[in-house]
Amino acid sequence: MIPVAFDYQRAVTVDEAIAALSSGDGKILAGGHSLLPAMKLRLNQPAKLVDISKIDALKGIKEEDGEIVIGAGTTHGTIASDDLIKSKLPFFATAAALIGDVQVRNHGTIGGSLAHADPAADWGALVLAADAAIITKGSSGSRRVAAVDFFQGLFTTALEDGEIITEVRIPVPAEGTKTSYQKFSQPASRFAIVGCAIMKKADGKINIAFTGVGEVPFRDSAAESAASIEAAVTAAAEGITVMSDHFASEEYRKHLAKVYLRKALEAVA
Amino acid sequence: MSTTHGLIGKSVKRVEDRRFITGHGKYTDDIILPGQTYASFVRSPYAHAKILSVDTNAAASMPGVVAIFTGADVENVNGVPCGWQVNFKNGHHMKEPKHPLLVADKAKHVGDAIAIVIAESQAEAVDAAEAIVVEYEELPAIVDASKAVEDGAPQVHDSAPNNICFDWALGNPIEEVDAAIAASAHVTTLDFVNQRLVPNAIEPRAYNASYDQYNDKYTLYTSTQNPHLIRLLMCAFVLGIPEHRVRVVGPDVGGGFGSKIFHYTEEALLTWCTHKLRRPVKWTSTRSESFLLDAHGRDHITKADMGFDASGNITALRVKTYANLGAYLSTFASCVPSYLHGTLLQGLYTTPKINIDLVAVFTNTTAVDAYRGAGRPEATYLLERLLDLAAHEMNMDPAELRFKNFIPPFDGVTQPGYQTQVALQYDSGNYHGVLEKGLAMLGYEDFRKAQKEAANNGKLLGVGFSTYIEACGIAPSAVVGSLGARAGLYEVGHVRVQPSGKISVYTGAHSHGQGHETTFAQVVADKLGLPMEDVEIVHGDSEAVAFGMGTYGSRSLAVGGSAIIKSLEKVIEKGKKIAAHKFEANPEDVDFVEGRFVVKGTHHSAPFSDIALRAYVPHHYPAGLEPGLDFSSFYDPANFTYPFGCHIAVVEVDKETGKVQLTRFVAVDDVGNIINPMIVEGQIHGGVVQGVGQALFEGAEYDENGQLTNGSYMDYCMPRADDFPMIETASQVTPCPHNPLGVKGAGEAGCIGSTPAVVNAVIDALWSGGHKVKDIRMPLTSERVWRAMQQ
Repeated sequence: MIPVAFDYQRAVTVDEAIAALSSGDGKILAGGHSLLPAMKLRLNQPAKLVDISKIDALKGIKEEDGEIVIGAGTTHGTIASDDLIKSKLPFFATAAALIGDVQVRNHGTIGGSLAHADPAADWGALVLAADAAIITKGSSGSRRVAAVDFFQGLFTTALEDGEIITEVRIPVPAEGTKTSYQKFSQPASRFAIVGCAIMKKADGKINIAFTGVGEVPFRDSAAESAASIEAAVTAAAEGITVMSDHFASEEYRKHLAKVYLRKALEAVA
Repeated sequence: MSTTHGLIGKSVKRVEDRRFITGHGKYTDDIILPGQTYASFVRSPYAHAKILSVDTNAAASMPGVVAIFTGADVENVNGVPCGWQVNFKNGHHMKEPKHPLLVADKAKHVGDAIAIVIAESQAEAVDAAEAIVVEYEELPAIVDASKAVEDGAPQVHDSAPNNICFDWALGNPIEEVDAAIAASAHVTTLDFVNQRLVPNAIEPRAYNASYDQYNDKYTLYTSTQNPHLIRLLMCAFVLGIPEHRVRVVGPDVGGGFGSKIFHYTEEALLTWCTHKLRRPVKWTSTRSESFLLDAHGRDHITKADMGFDASGNITALRVKTYANLGAYLSTFASCVPSYLHGTLLQGLYTTPKINIDLVAVFTNTTAVDAYRGAGRPEATYLLERLLDLAAHEMNMDPAELRFKNFIPPFDGVTQPGYQTQVALQYDSGNYHGVLEKGLAMLGYEDFRKAQKEAANNGKLLGVGFSTYIEACGIAPSAVVGSLGARAGLYEVGHVRVQPSGKISVYTGAHSHGQGHETTFAQVVADKLGLPMEDVEIVHGDSEAVAFGMGTYGSRSLAVGGSAIIKSLEKVIEKGKKIAAHKFEANPEDVDFVEGRFVVKGTHHSAPFSDIALRAYVPHHYPAGLEPGLDFSSFYDPANFTYPFGCHIAVVEVDKETGKVQLTRFVAVDDVGNIINPMIVEGQIHGGVVQGVGQALFEGAEYDENGQLTNGSYMDYCMPRADDFPMIETASQVTPCPHNPLGVKGAGEAGCIGSTPAVVNAVIDALWSGGHKVKDIRMPLTSERVWRAMQQ
């Protein structure tokens, strides 16, 4: 199918991209794996695409000021194979390697995925469990948004008009931190029916986050405060609106959330 | 490569892959003609709706728009026909409501075409189509075939009361079957759905029609499995154009699986449009349109009862099926659930009494027609599911139960063919052989031990069997004619020996992935003792090939190959006359051996190329013999061919999630003689994957409003390489006794045998864990399997 006609502008700096977005009905093109299919089906009809895929400043992974910094334009494939990620945030590497297929991983970016906020995308659970901050930039400057404040609804985030995500910053986990990402994939799209991300800190405190289960990825505080694996599993994914589709009903999805939480907890035990 | 003989039976690499793998295939969409225009359609978003008005004014003045046509413009043009007439039980003709090129009054499924826009570019056509305003009055829709026949259900066509296209029965009288079931020691009953599948050829359908007004000549490029049949149907039934004015070309075709057999409305409409516009018109289906419009497969709702005596011998089979035909009758829709399904219900077994009662039904859904296997997978699924379930219920071994009921081996030469209760005569078979081989490859006893051990450790392993038969090499024309086919099903093979002795072969078969350019060349090169590169295979062009019925029903080699053999025999016979003249011998004294004409008992011989040259430069030539070495033959088979085999699946089921992992797949297939083992193995692999796709992953889902809710690859799950273990294949060879190559066909076998094997394996795994489940609806999604374990 053919999209509605649109203008195209390639930005080479973040400021150029922000300036381009400030006029008219523009959309950011990063990896394009969610946006372009929607445009081809004419479900999305932006007047202008601002291509940020050639902005070098948005790419790469580094350690800085006690944080691991992932540029928003970094591809899933890069994250999956990055040595710093593998040693400090191994569950990010695990999750990245489970996204889509090779082609998707080589084009799709972490920033694009977070901004799109598909309720079944993997990254939501990861940034929540890792206490990450999402760094955004717009014409009025930069903002630092905690992951727990970022996801606001189905395909809805704290991003304001004209803002783009520049970085994902994660506190460097202390020695002795254990992580796990356990995923039950939707067989056709390979998005998460259930994705459970866990970070168990050296002091024993556990962050538990789910994606694919509700309309937004969420931290499961009831499960986090449970005293045992059994109690956590019982408490998990209760009291929220659980999604339903022809691959997984509400009941089955909730069951899977518990099964996959147990797998994750056992992995970090 | 310069092997000269003994090519039959060799795994020669596919000659067509050079262009395919390097991206140089030439498909319909690659063809751009001078003055090319592009089409886009306005399609109904509703499954059932009255069309109140169509406003094309705004669209007509948009940039690049060349023409817009609506249903009103083609009201006097015929619809596309059905190629097979089935009669009601009472003898009346089936209902054949018009399938118009564009609908004017009422849309009958989502995607029904309301208008066509033709523009200078594809983008302009799409933009203008979006600007056409259609006013609809939505009507209640019906999607379920068994509910569609109830009084008060929405009516798809006024001319088909209760939405019934036809009802039909086959086999022994129902009273006899009822009595045999009633008298059985055990009856296994299964209510099940053989779900609807989307064919998903990688190349979407594409057409490019042009008209040369100065020569009054049409050309239609079409992504089809049978160009001549498209020409015949379109010229004779739809547009009323004499066929010598129409050239139909099927260039490289990227997969069909049956869905490109049929004559679609777009082919005729584009041809009609090009005549109006005097410009070429091209349309390539979007993937979304492919989901909605390419004829779907399967969609049966069935209740089946199989009776057994106390020692496990089958006493009778009774089948009641509702077949969903969709909104319109596609080209072969009527014969698939009837003659390609009911006639296969004997399976490999000696069942003495069989009856099938079928109701074929219209619904507000995409048309359903032949899809890889076409009726035979449905029959096999029914039988093989019943057999494994009966074994569980009677606490018998499923392999033993089959051995007990198999038809004994027969070669069809010294022993007669096997006459079934459902109208067919099997040609040759050794059914015990394939199951024995399959069990040995599996290591059956060891598996059962491992299964028990796994069950004790809380793991669910299962094995499932499927011993199938299919009717291929379609088909003896007189037989299918008596059953309602409106065409013959012979094939044409034309061998043109060039003066240099090189060979051009023109076949009516049409490859859409099968590798005919390799296999057919192997046969010809082998028979003439020539290197393969001296042989070219030409197909797919109605102007190059005299006639043809195309490729489907695993028929190309069995029927098309046999036609080529007939022509080769004529070439050699004439060559002997020319050689005899050269050596002043009698033609009866000339042999053709390894590419040379040899005078028996002498040292006189001439290579094939020398005799070919003499045929075209007939200076010293037999008196009264025509020059040239060029023969065309029609081959009409004496019978169907009956490939068969044994498929065994091993699965592991996750107790917590219900997720099924296929861990082994053993396929022993008997497709008769084999020309190219690598190509046969490839066909089996592809077929198995497609059949497992039905078992575990695929299925079109409609909601009650007739909306296809999974019409994209985000939701419609295709099987992928990482879902599979290495498929373990083996062959048994029982030659076909009635065609010259002894071949039976391999294109559909994998898809027919594999589906029930996998479902049976999952059911077996569940029984091993104490879940005595009769059925899980396909596809066996994790949730469905999990739910089955909760009961």
